[in-house]
Amino acid sequence: MNAFDRHSGICAPIRIDNVDTDQIIPSREMKHVSKHGLGEGLFANWRYRYEGHTRTGANEEFVLNQPAYAGATILLSGRNFGCGSSREHAVWALHDFGIKVIIAESFGRIFMNNCARNGLLAIELPAADIDRLQQQTNASPQTRTVLVDLTECRVHAPDGDVFEFTVSESDRHMLLGGLDYIDYTLKFASDIERFVAADRRRRPWAYL
Amino acid sequence: MSKTLFDKIWDAHVVTKLDDGSVLVYVDRLFLHERTGGVALTSLREDGRSVRNPTHVFATMDHIVDTFPGRGDTTLVPGGELFIKTMRKTANDAGITLFDIGNPRHGITHLISAEQAITLPGLIVACPDSHTCTLGALGAIGWGIGTSDCEHALATETLRAMKPNQLRVRFDGSLGNGVTAKDMILHLIGRHGASGGAGHAVEFCGQAVAELDMDARFTLCNMAVEFAAFTGLIAPDEKTFAYIANRAYAPRGEMFERCKASWRNLRSDPEAAFDREIAIDGADIAPTITWGTSPQHAIAIDGKVPERDELADDDARADLDQALDYMGLEPGQSLLGLPVDGAFIGSCTNSRLSDLRAAARLLAGRKVAAGIRAICTPGSQHVKDAAEAEGIAKVFVDAGFEWREPGCSLCFHAGGEGFGPGERVISSTNRNFRGRQGRQTRTHLASPATVAAAAIAGCITDARELKPI
Ligand code: SF4
Repeated sequence: MNAFDRHSGICAPIRIDNVDTDQIIPSREMKHVSKHGLGEGLFANWRYRYEGHTRTGANEEFVLNQPAYAGATILLSGRNFGCGSSREHAVWALHDFGIKVIIAESFGRIFMNNCARNGLLAIELPAADIDRLQQQTNASPQTRTVLVDLTECRVHAPDGDVFEFTVSESDRHMLLGGLDYIDYTLKFASDIERFVAADRRRRPWAYL
Repeated sequence: MSKTLFDKIWDAHVVTKLDDGSVLVYVDRLFLHERTGGVALTSLREDGRSVRNPTHVFATMDHIVDTFPGRGDTTLVPGGELFIKTMRKTANDAGITLFDIGNPRHGITHLISAEQAITLPGLIVACPDSHTCTLGALGAIGWGIGTSDCEHALATETLRAMKPNQLRVRFDGSLGNGVTAKDMILHLIGRHGASGGAGHAVEFCGQAVAELDMDARFTLCNMAVEFAAFTGLIAPDEKTFAYIANRAYAPRGEMFERCKASWRNLRSDPEAAFDREIAIDGADIAPTITWGTSPQHAIAIDGKVPERDELADDDARADLDQALDYMGLEPGQSLLGLPVDGAFIGSCTNSRLSDLRAAARLLAGRKVAAGIRAICTPGSQHVKDAAEAEGIAKVFVDAGFEWREPGCSLCFHAGGEGFGPGERVISSTNRNFRGRQGRQTRTHLASPATVAAAAIAGCITDARELKPI
């Protein structure tokens, strides 16, 4: 996994609450038995026009289809972003599309975990701060970019505002080091073995 | 020190504390399904890793298989067959027990994990599906995870996490006539919001919870995730033990007695501290239905959609406008009498035998109204067989319902099916998100009885006014 320390990019606003993972990637778009190539299905219900169930072209009104936001890598949203189904495809689709950072008022728990596992940074900020980021980028998204610095846990808005954020130490550690999650835990293999040996005596019924 | 039910289970599973404040937690059981199971096992293998303890891992087919009578591996989901075949192959290669299509123990993961007593009180069970919290009804921790965490649990038998905060939700008194566990949870989410339980493990307790049968307790815990909770759970009692006794993986004889003695301690100590508490009077709960596109858009069946000026702020008004625009409704409107195009009974929320019985009581001797597509998908083969044996299946079919094979079905156009654009569907499922049951489909969540009543009347109706014939 690539390490994440600082990222500067174009911000696209999807400022609604409860953007659930069915919206991020509808289940019919989860076509591959793989984590790759899912960007095409990202926000499919919003990004494309349909007749019945057939796609007829791009929906130009959707923010990520507007030239002003081309190449966006940072999303701004509202409360409870990524709620709903646990599908990690939502994060894989965002990642495949090129999104690096999501700034929202709050996140679905499983979604937030999935982000860290896949090198995406999910940042919680108060609505007022997100408003300011949006105001300061909206007029000219391509030039008024935002800098996200995970080493200092700060978001730098184009007008010089700085917003501090907190992420779990564990996620920060994994992201900064680009560490593999499983390798890290396997360092504790002997602790796991000791636990299992003792637990087997305590709760024999739990072991099949 | 006083401990909550959640503390007792969690603390007994902590393998080690890590520097960053998180802990490594032992996971007793892992359940896979074909939507992500094959991806996780393939990716694990590509990384040169193996499954640490295959005897604690189980798999089923529920999310992609279709539910048409006589089904096989082909499905309407684009590329779906490959998911099914990959699940089968990777499970076999890894030595994992798979409840395949046609197996008498096959069904939706959260149903069969309980039916087979794979989940027991005090266990931590994980599954790459957000409704794993269903299993909290057994006094276990049901933990919904993503695919990366699933790989982690496969390889290490553990998960890494911060301990969540804790919230106790007490339902006092008894429920009124015709009020069900589905109405309890929709009422709670309607009152306290779809993110009301965020960051918290929720213990459900109180007289109304104690009075629920096991099937209903699963329904209550199932929707803890729609409340944004880490999970939901209920202290096990004699009903729980009676439910578990003699099921396929249940401990037997003396071991079962030993289990019960241990499980009786799985309750919050009287002095245990919760981070938050919510109390609801069971008598205040009416049959409840959703009007919008979030489970928090819930009202009493005879209530009204909120008016714009009743709402706290502009955000809430914008949310109302967007939801009503999608649903084709007006502020202040009553839902009673609103015509429906479809009715669905199924899903891990409400597809157990007692759910089907509740619907069948109203359907017996009646017909589904003309022009309505009504579908019943039993949640497991076990439920389906039992419903057929006691004549319930016939009641559904005679009334004009399609009677399906077990699986997730139209809960989320699993199997590639969906209701049509603009169609209004009343559904016993758990999510009324935009497009969940079909592109542009409008979903109203309710209990199986309310769904059955609407199917008969052709419009949303108060099931309490419909007497069994
Ligand atoms: S029935 Fe619906 S909610 Fe339950 S596991 Fe299947 S898709 Fe998910």
